[in-house]
Amino acid sequence: MAEAVEFKQIGTSPVRPDGVDKVTGRAQYGADLNLPNMIYGKVLRSPHAHARILGIDTSRAEAMPGVLAVVSGKDFPDAEHGEIGGEGGGDVADLAKNIMARNKVLYHGHAVAAVAATSQRLAEEALAAIHVEYEVLPPVLTLEDAMKADAPLLDENCYTKNLPEKPEKPSNVAAVMQLGRGDVEKGFAQADVIVEGEYRIPMAHQGYIEPHACIANTNEGGQATVWCCTQGHFEFRAMTAKVLKMNVADLKFIASEIGGGFGGKTVIYLEPVAVLLSRKARRPVKMTMSREEVFRATGPSSGTLMRMKVGARKDGTITAAKAWMAYEAGAFAGAPMGPGAMSIFAPYNLENFHVEACDVLVNKPKVAAYRAPGAPQSMHAMECAVDELARELGMDPIDLRLKNAADEGTQAPYGPKFPPIGLKACLQAAKAHPSYTRPLPDGAGRGVAAGFWFNVGMQSSAEVHINENGTVTVVEGNPDIGGSRASMCLMAAETLGVPYENVRALIGDTESTGFSNVTGGSRTTFATGMAVVRACEDIIAQCKARAAATWGVDEDQVLWEDGQAVPAPGVNADVKPLSLADIAANAAKTGGPLLGRASLNAQGAGASFSVNIADLQVDRETGKVDVLAFTAIQDAGRAIHKAYVEGQMQGGAAQGLGWALNEEYIYNANGVMENAGFLDYRIPVASDLPMIDTQIIEVPNPSHPYGVRGVGETPIVAPLAAAANAVRDAIGIRINDLPLSPPRILAALENAEG
Amino acid sequence: MSKVHVTTSINGEQVEFLCAPEQSLLEVLREGLGKTGTKEGCATGDCGACSVLLDGRLVCSCLVLAVETQDHEVTTIEGIATEEGLHPIQRKFLEHAALQCGICTPGLIVATKSLLEKHPDPDETTIRYWLAGNLCRCTGYDKIIRAVQDVAKELAYPA
Amino acid sequence: MVRVVFPNHLLGHTGGEREVEVEAENFRELLEALEARFPGSREALGKSAAAIDGQICQDAFLEPLGPGSEVFFMQRIEGG
Repeated sequence: MAEAVEFKQIGTSPVRPDGVDKVTGRAQYGADLNLPNMIYGKVLRSPHAHARILGIDTSRAEAMPGVLAVVSGKDFPDAEHGEIGGEGGGDVADLAKNIMARNKVLYHGHAVAAVAATSQRLAEEALAAIHVEYEVLPPVLTLEDAMKADAPLLDENCYTKNLPEKPEKPSNVAAVMQLGRGDVEKGFAQADVIVEGEYRIPMAHQGYIEPHACIANTNEGGQATVWCCTQGHFEFRAMTAKVLKMNVADLKFIASEIGGGFGGKTVIYLEPVAVLLSRKARRPVKMTMSREEVFRATGPSSGTLMRMKVGARKDGTITAAKAWMAYEAGAFAGAPMGPGAMSIFAPYNLENFHVEACDVLVNKPKVAAYRAPGAPQSMHAMECAVDELARELGMDPIDLRLKNAADEGTQAPYGPKFPPIGLKACLQAAKAHPSYTRPLPDGAGRGVAAGFWFNVGMQSSAEVHINENGTVTVVEGNPDIGGSRASMCLMAAETLGVPYENVRALIGDTESTGFSNVTGGSRTTFATGMAVVRACEDIIAQCKARAAATWGVDEDQVLWEDGQAVPAPGVNADVKPLSLADIAANAAKTGGPLLGRASLNAQGAGASFSVNIADLQVDRETGKVDVLAFTAIQDAGRAIHKAYVEGQMQGGAAQGLGWALNEEYIYNANGVMENAGFLDYRIPVASDLPMIDTQIIEVPNPSHPYGVRGVGETPIVAPLAAAANAVRDAIGIRINDLPLSPPRILAALENAEG
Repeated sequence: MSKVHVTTSINGEQVEFLCAPEQSLLEVLREGLGKTGTKEGCATGDCGACSVLLDGRLVCSCLVLAVETQDHEVTTIEGIATEEGLHPIQRKFLEHAALQCGICTPGLIVATKSLLEKHPDPDETTIRYWLAGNLCRCTGYDKIIRAVQDVAKELAYPA
Repeated sequence: MVRVVFPNHLLGHTGGEREVEVEAENFRELLEALEARFPGSREALGKSAAAIDGQICQDAFLEPLGPGSEVFFMQRIEGG
């Protein structure tokens, strides 16, 4: 643990090593590669939200000149149950059926067939020539409808999991879970003030600007190479192998640069389809999604319904908290209700609480991870309830949170006692921040909220090569989605004691470096960073051994200081220090090239807490909300690359504000999304936002050599409630549901005028 | 349908290509001419990732037909840097960490070039409205705006 | 002794027992001790994440445990 150590490079903000290629258009993203002899694949998608497939006639498409392959569900191996494994978990059969429907389509946009043809136009014409016969079924579109006893079933074999006994009848509730401590009824009896509320948030999309894209090239021996944009090519390889029942050794995945993911590119959609088309056509097949396909058929976040009850004594002590929560899973089980339930009360030291959560099937796309999956929705409900509690008690909302704040040693709602955490430091920083006391213009409101995410570790590998002149190549397996190459280079430079400019990082493909889980869960700088540091320590040990051999002294008589081997104090050797460059230059005589390695399963990811302050202004004529100021305060453990940590906080704030103020999936009665484009699904643009103030708090994580906590996910959690609380402050009306779009605000204002 | 022969100028070079009448400039740039620095985020003119200059005017190349470029001048991200190296806009984007994933960056740099040609000394509001057609999902725009402010200052008041 | 706490969704494997104490010097021994006490629990517990003395481990197996250690089984966390 390096708490008191002065760092030379960590905490600075140098230019990223992959930067020039990204500002000149050279960097190759998912759709940027073209191969010789390549053809184009396209997917036919269901026009119904819920229907049985009675037959698929592809004969006309197959007969078209230039159409080289057509596939549908029958061309895939049987979808058998099994664990996907990896970071996200889930069921292989569900994954397979989501990629290509078998007997039923479960959402509008569900893939039913695919073609490969010599041009994109021809591929589109071939899709139009495929005839699918459907028996249309009534769609199930809301949580309430899906949970009714007589609701149409998405899956006749879905029996609610985690009940004491297997239920007699199947239902759309795929699973439930409960979490609790103490006696909530006793706690409510002790309360002087109780607030209750019901909070709804519709589905929202990750909204990465790069649509999914891949090229698959299958040879006649059955081996396939796949280039794709992905948050984790090793996990993509594993998933594709399971869906296609292929040997992992026959699949090579190469990660392109990735144009955003936010959790949405941790699951496969196109890759197995492209491999099958390529196998049939014996040509490389490129597939890219349109923006409309991205909205209709890739994972949004869960739409949710939360019912809250929170009680407190006059002095602000929260005596009990209770939440019932339902998460839309979409077409297949696996909504993030678990993390949602475990995070909702994480900032608070509670004696009595109870959470019940449900994972509910609806005829909408299967949800995927979206930055801190599950937490923004559940914590929105709690943070709004706490704000109401503060109003009822006449307490400052930060003081109320400080009164109940979790700290080191507090029993987290999900079980363990917290190791050192930075929540109180964030709350105190917020209280002291000029943004919290700055006068508000007329008609504006201020809201605060806390955020939290667990963060994960998981498996990572790294190799460190020392080049002949002493410069350094780091090889690792995590696609760089937000500047992680720079963070890896900084940690390597700091550990080895060499200039940052001498270090380059490379993301290896699945055949050229060791396994790494996805770039997700805020794990890359923590876990892969730990592997890079360990690999550098391996190099240092080797350098000390080589210096000892060069000098003819024992290894324990050599120290590594400031990037060079030096004799230990008192060692009687008339020698000059040996730099990394010196040792590399002489490597041939001391054992050959220097290669350091580390692979690990990083445990002990540190939780990251945040506090946000939002100033919003509401136009009472139009219902439009303007963001006047926003301050994000977050515990990063240790910021490796300061500017990219700030960037995570600012980007998460913008996404959270979009979710709070405008973004939502709008469905018609037939289950067709009516705003499947960036014009109508409006993510924040530059003119919607002010500068976003950041304050990085550093409470080091004792499990990481430099104290890193993940930072990528927590920033999206608090903005939802911070915005809702600011609107409440501005107009004097509590609006529980998101988004706080002009129609909803106008309706609330009109309702209040009555 | 037969293809159309088009002669145009791209980044100062005369270029000839054949395209279908309905093909967009974006499609021809990326698939036909191998200029993949121009990105496709939506193909409906909503995201700005495909921003290019057409006779110096900022356009979404997905909304321009390739045939419309006959005898006109197109500037893409590949034409922004010079023999001397990176354009100051590119350098400032790097120095300010104004990109995370980088997919929107080429479009934003092209849009910034157009902005600074029209408004050499823009205030923050002008910058934000000029760049409102270029979606970025990673950064929250803060560092992009600061990069543009900084480059404007450098270009307007050279040291 | 190591204090072990189970969440609701795993109580089916422990006959409803929420908290037990077992003798174990590492996580592997803990799983074995729990299997001896709750036959058939090994698979579900082995797949579960666990917080050991406050640190969340997604794949605990070789982690050392000391007298007074606390182990909380919990759902695996997925992230974005």
